[in-house]
Amino acid sequence: MRRHGYKASALIEVLHTVQESFGFLDDVSLRFVASSLRIPMSKVFGVATYYHFFSMKPPGEHNCVVCMGTGCYVKGAGDLMKMIEEIARVKAGETTPDGKVSIVAARCIGSCSLAPAVVFDGEVIPRAQPGAVRDQLRRWIGHDAG
Amino acid sequence: MTLDELQEIAEREREEAKKITHRVNVSVAAGCLSLHSDQVFKMLQTEVQKRGLDGSCKVKSVGCMGLCAAGPLVRSEPQHTYYRGLPPDSPEVLNAVIDSLDGKPVPEFALSPEIPFFAAQKRIVLENCGEIDPERIEDYIGVGGYEPLLNCIANRSRDDVVQEVIRSGLRGRGGGGYPTGLKWSMVAKASGEQKYAICNADEGDPGAFMDRSVLESDPHRVLEGMAIAAYAVGATKGYIYCRAEYPLAVKRLKVAIRQAERMGLLGKRIGESDFCFEVEVRLGAGAFVCGEETALIASVEGERGVPRPRPPFPAYSGLNNCPTLLNNVETFANIAPIISKGGDWFASIGTGKSKGTKVFALVGDVINSGLIEVPMGIKLRDLVYSLGGGIPGDRKFKAVQTGGPSGGCIPEQFLDMGSGGMIVMDETACMVDVAKFFMDFTRDESCGKCIPCRVGTTQLHGLLERISEGKGQMADLKTLERLGAMVKRTALCGLGQTAPNPVSSTLKYFRDEYVHHIADKTCAQGKCACSKTPAGTAEN
Repeated sequence: MRRHGYKASALIEVLHTVQESFGFLDDVSLRFVASSLRIPMSKVFGVATYYHFFSMKPPGEHNCVVCMGTGCYVKGAGDLMKMIEEIARVKAGETTPDGKVSIVAARCIGSCSLAPAVVFDGEVIPRAQPGAVRDQLRRWIGHDAG
Repeated sequence: MTLDELQEIAEREREEAKKITHRVNVSVAAGCLSLHSDQVFKMLQTEVQKRGLDGSCKVKSVGCMGLCAAGPLVRSEPQHTYYRGLPPDSPEVLNAVIDSLDGKPVPEFALSPEIPFFAAQKRIVLENCGEIDPERIEDYIGVGGYEPLLNCIANRSRDDVVQEVIRSGLRGRGGGGYPTGLKWSMVAKASGEQKYAICNADEGDPGAFMDRSVLESDPHRVLEGMAIAAYAVGATKGYIYCRAEYPLAVKRLKVAIRQAERMGLLGKRIGESDFCFEVEVRLGAGAFVCGEETALIASVEGERGVPRPRPPFPAYSGLNNCPTLLNNVETFANIAPIISKGGDWFASIGTGKSKGTKVFALVGDVINSGLIEVPMGIKLRDLVYSLGGGIPGDRKFKAVQTGGPSGGCIPEQFLDMGSGGMIVMDETACMVDVAKFFMDFTRDESCGKCIPCRVGTTQLHGLLERISEGKGQMADLKTLERLGAMVKRTALCGLGQTAPNPVSSTLKYFRDEYVHHIADKTCAQGKCACSKTPAGTAEN
């Protein structure tokens, strides 16, 4: 915040930094941002919830992003997502109850030529095969499910 | 840095380059990186050093070469050969590549540059992509970079620069197609002490990655274009509004800005003149509507990215209510060559109304999927069948979806028209499903400010959902058309006005598929919920 001179216009940049540091935006940090930048809490909350990129829930230990851009969709990302949701037993945008894996649907990550693309913990898996995706998910979730 | 000093650096770079007899360029843009091209790069480099060839052979990390489907891509000179899909875990293959530098290329992986995918392109925006190291400013200067900028500042008046861009006939590449020169002259004439130049790098259209590739492969090109624009219109502060989903592009932009500032090519007193221009990167946060200019400006101000009615246009009252020039990445990337080669040269390329070239992301059911740049007015059929290499698996072509969620789906009989960025779909695609996919997208991305868009997109999506579940009625088609036309007419911004396009275009060209869903309650392609085959096995 100091870098941006505590200007109100830096709100989005600051929220990015907070999310990068803590993984998500919680109530305490939002309040802190609001008071430091001297903007109403309502506005900070409004901006934080308006943008898809900001998450108000703590992320899972692992992160599984499925690209749902058009290129990936016509290459079967929709079916891939259905399978993932079945394995993880949660919907896109949620985290498994044990906090192991977050399932995220992305708009488009720009890897359209390598569709369908899945991102496991920041690593892009090009031309994701259902089998490989299933195995990876089971490895992550498997510990607790037995 | 003065123009002379810049030319000195360029000269030194060219001298260095002359000593190299062999080059091996490895693409390290995001697509190839995800196929571990960084490992390929490291192994090739180590091998060259081990053999003591590093004086004459240079292994270089470069930007995108375009044929993303065949990554990791490598190009070897003077063999003039592309290598496709080099296995990063096979030292034998990589050694063979080095072994054959003077002889015949390794046949299993070699790809001739004569194939239409490469040969039919005309590269202006992408001319440095795959040639220079995106993280080395000296490389960019070596190919003549920043010379147009310093030349403008030293030798040309602001108006002269604007006139040059007007002469080029360049039109905005973000989708609106507004004449760039006209926009520049509006901002130049607008009164105000502070003016801004903003680069729209919020490439939200799913299936499009032209801007990402340019930013990752040649970031200085965009910065130079912005700086020239800033000089021409009198802006002193610039922002690049980039998607947070493109971490590599953001990183390379920041590196490029730092390098340019250190050399005095951005920041204070550029080219030792009085002209100052500072650039900052602003991250988007995943709101599609922020590609709309007034919403983007609101987002740069730290507000919710909600559009507002125009006028006033940003050219008169934009960021912080100051005159603001807003152009897209590809538009800015066209500027430096226009300045160095002249507007008339640029205007000689393309068609009567649309000058220059256009970068397309060719994806979906097409063999040579990737990034291409072709002259304006090229036939869609050539794109898909010649450059794209046709449809895989001998399946039949069905439609091309162009222009993202605001575009339409065009079937084969209309394949001969010139049009925007494209996703190819073969006969296994269901058009109702595709239309539903896009309505789901716009419904979700609608900012909610104006009612036609907020409610209209939800209703349209609901109707499509019903049809895809086999519960539709014939009257629904009429409703879809009427509702679509209404949303188009009354929505506030570009998002809403174009949101019904995927529905109206599929209704127009593929009405029988809708009818089929309603009358027979089945989906011939097996994609929709109404079909008897489960969705997972529909791939045939």
